[in-house]
Amino acid sequence: MIRAFAQAIAVLMAVALIAFSMFRYVGDPVANMVGAETTREEIRELRERLGLADPLPVQFARFVTNAVQGEFGISYRQGRRVSTLIAERLPATLELALLSALFASVFGTMLGIYTAIRRHGWLSHVIMTVSLIGVSLPTFLIGIGLIYLFAVELRWLPSFGRGEVVKLGWWTTGLLTESGRKSLVLPVLTLGFFQLTLIMRLVRAQMLETFRTDYVKFSRARGLPEWRINFKHALANAMIPVVTIIGLQLGAVVAFAIITESVFQWPGLGAMFVQAVQFVDIPVMAAYLLFVGLVFVATNLLVDLFYVVLDPRLRSDRTTTR
Amino acid sequence: MSEPVPSSRQRFRARLAKVWDSDLAYSFRSSPIAIIAACMTAVLLVLALMAPWIAPQDAFDVGAVRLEDGFLRPLERGSSGILHLAGTDSQGRDVLSAILYGARISLLVGFASVAFSMAMGVALGLVAGFLGGRVDAVIMRIADVQLSFPAILIALLVFGIARGFIHPSQHEQVAVYVLIISIGLSHWASYARTVRSSTLVERNKEYVQAARVMGRDTTAIMFEHVMPNVVGPVLVIATINLALAVIEEATLSFLGVGVPPTQPSLGTLIRVGQQFLFSGEWWILLFPAIALIILSLSINLLGDWLRDALNPRLK
Repeated sequence: MIRAFAQAIAVLMAVALIAFSMFRYVGDPVANMVGAETTREEIRELRERLGLADPLPVQFARFVTNAVQGEFGISYRQGRRVSTLIAERLPATLELALLSALFASVFGTMLGIYTAIRRHGWLSHVIMTVSLIGVSLPTFLIGIGLIYLFAVELRWLPSFGRGEVVKLGWWTTGLLTESGRKSLVLPVLTLGFFQLTLIMRLVRAQMLETFRTDYVKFSRARGLPEWRINFKHALANAMIPVVTIIGLQLGAVVAFAIITESVFQWPGLGAMFVQAVQFVDIPVMAAYLLFVGLVFVATNLLVDLFYVVLDPRLRSDRTTTR
Repeated sequence: MSEPVPSSRQRFRARLAKVWDSDLAYSFRSSPIAIIAACMTAVLLVLALMAPWIAPQDAFDVGAVRLEDGFLRPLERGSSGILHLAGTDSQGRDVLSAILYGARISLLVGFASVAFSMAMGVALGLVAGFLGGRVDAVIMRIADVQLSFPAILIALLVFGIARGFIHPSQHEQVAVYVLIISIGLSHWASYARTVRSSTLVERNKEYVQAARVMGRDTTAIMFEHVMPNVVGPVLVIATINLALAVIEEATLSFLGVGVPPTQPSLGTLIRVGQQFLFSGEWWILLFPAIALIILSLSINLLGDWLRDALNPRLK
């Protein structure tokens, strides 16, 4: 476990180094902020205010200390503190990502079980084909298709924004109002779809695998009821790798939110990142990079921890190797 | 008495027959999905390549477009007498022409970025596998970290960084090249990993030792002797990555960070068309979307088939 932690820190430091190099070497931030009438004196003042005139090691040390405290300087484009921008937009992205992961896990598992048990049923074939076609399509097209169907034609659901949100301290949520809940439906479907098909295929493959094991065959021979074999014996063992994948995919869901947020004009971190890329707003890009790196490292660590809890053999490994 | 020397035509026939009888060709003939996907891909490729000759209008030429022809419905005729099969957009640009030219850009970026990532991945994988040691550790570590992040994120990041180095006045001119490099850099790791593992096997074989004894230098052994033996599986990855690259280009252009609107790819056309979704001009969005769906679906199905056909475990 200590090794896993050290590795996580090493990856984060590497990401921080990339982020810092971006800060230091990409473009001239001041050139992006000033107009033609800005005097030399004003430019120099601006450079000092942004801390660009200091020696390099000082800048790197300051970058790391600040990053640890969640401080990433001032956005070149908006002139506001990046930490404030992130705090404003974080709840929107996390709410969307967590609900999508939940949706994908629940429905992915259910459909996976169904297609494994009714392997040759016509509905299973339809589900598998639709998922194959869906995976081959770009996410944004699925989002646009859903907008066309549910917002333009049927007029059931809104096509952009978060609707009304409720403030709970620094957190904002759309779950407590009707318009907020309605606004969540289409983005969650869009973002969760890819993960849903992934989880469904995995559950199906794992279930089919456990069906071939001796203990399931023996349960059949003993004459246990079919539902008990399927759900108690087969499913329990099929789910172990599935939980891992669900955990590891959480980081990917946060990253893929970039596309979904742009399609639905969702006021989250992903949309902010796309704007930052368009306008070469380096502090925002660097902060987002570190945020995604943190999410990935954290989910990896959690999955590792989960394995140790789940599998006793991994716990004893410390005593045997000594 | 000597055997009659076969004419070049006979030799060609013999070679053709050999290809026709191979396992791969058999698997292709017995898979209707693969045949349909290959046909669709070929048709799209030809249409895209021929765009300047078959498109009713030069989609990149601002002078050819007339503003009074804007928002014509499909099958309406414009003021210059052109039949607009798929209608026109708000600027009066023929949607069908825009799709043909757009598919050209999409495929160009797709093929070029695949070639870029393939060259980079094969070279780095060869070096890592053949030299081993610290070089290997560094290259594969970077590949591991990169593979754990989604490609689209890497591409966006590279695109943003590259833009920082380029003067804003040149952003539009070099956008296509920046796009190719961004997408290429986001996919090299999978090639490197595959090539490295097969290089590890190859480097202990006798022909490598023989080449060493003959006094050939390491670079020559790597690229002339080992490389031809490790690039087989790379082609499968390349086909699958072509679909990924086309989708990635469309996504980046859709997000507004790809090619400029003056040189639209399919993704840019969909981005533009989305604005008219609510006002009823459905054709501006629908036709480019259908083109992109057919393109990505057929390349994807072709890649899936190739992966299954060449997978020895499934035989």
